[in-house]
Amino acid sequence: MKVIELKETITASNDRDAEVLRESLRQQGTLLINLMASPGAGKTTMLDRTIRDLGGAYRIGVMEADIDSDVDAVKLAALGVTAVQAHTDGMCHMDAGMTRTALEELAAEGGHDLVFLENVGNLICPAEFDTGAGKNVMILSVPEGDDKPLKYPLMFTKSNVLLISKTDTISVFDFDFEKCEERARKLNPDIEIFRVSAKTGDGMDAWEAWLKDAIANWKASGATAEGAVKEDSHA
Amino acid sequence: MHEMGIVIHLAKTLDELAEEHHITRIGSVTLSVGEVSGIVNDLFIDAWEYFKKKHPILSDSELRMEVIPAVTHCDGCGEDYETVAHGKICPHCGSKETWLIQGNECIIKEIEAETAPEEEDPAVDGSDS
Repeated sequence: MKVIELKETITASNDRDAEVLRESLRQQGTLLINLMASPGAGKTTMLDRTIRDLGGAYRIGVMEADIDSDVDAVKLAALGVTAVQAHTDGMCHMDAGMTRTALEELAAEGGHDLVFLENVGNLICPAEFDTGAGKNVMILSVPEGDDKPLKYPLMFTKSNVLLISKTDTISVFDFDFEKCEERARKLNPDIEIFRVSAKTGDGMDAWEAWLKDAIANWKASGATAEGAVKEDSHA
Repeated sequence: MHEMGIVIHLAKTLDELAEEHHITRIGSVTLSVGEVSGIVNDLFIDAWEYFKKKHPILSDSELRMEVIPAVTHCDGCGEDYETVAHGKICPHCGSKETWLIQGNECIIKEIEAETAPEEEDPAVDGSDS
């Protein structure tokens, strides 16, 4: 028996899968957003409001991994989006393989500009597995407390955007915005932070402007990559 | 639950390696796991014992886990210290400007394996490693 030295991370096979999926989505011009948060942080309410505000400007899909979610596929369909239930096989997170399967189900409904993956409600496991998403967005709601970056550092490190939600409840909770944002930026200097209330609509326009830019940039990067491939094949 | 998910990914990575290296049987797998990686070794081993029965090449392989100690560096005074004992605050100078150098890893260090004899392939000239 021989010894083979590897020095490879355990999730290497998932990381490779995720990279392939991300590039294929880029070519298709589909921005996949991996939405992560604790149970009860308001992922579904945030999605509902965001989708309404974006109006009919984009073809939007939603993949539900959160088995406790109260998202009603019929209600979402009324908003003009397609929704599928993603199957985690009882796992605490979505990985690239599961995401691909759910996307295939979704794609049967036609191409999308924007797909939200509503990950399992949990601040630990989803952060460890790359889903192949173009952007990772997390929600931290005011009632959860401003100390969460200290307790779940990996989630804040992996997220491109932090939505501090339920800002309409600030008067009854002891939540320090500045402290929370400072803690998050210390872990991840590039993180974009928006203070929002999906209930009152406060701050939603800044987040939605970011989202529109992200979709446009994603499509542009796909077009550039495609051009580069074509150029290469002529060489 | 978390450990089970990681074991499934480990098994998948090993399956891919087996194909790449023409491995027929894996005798042992050695992991290097950081002290603050969030993996509970006992749960991980339980998940492994359950899962390996489903993978023929792993059926009688042994899992070895080596611990990588967690070490934090302090930007305040430049010293390193044990993360688990002292957490975020530097025991030398009291600074909070500290960051983890190591201890968050989860790496497959090496495997012991039996490989099939290389198949005759005229396209391979032996220069490949």
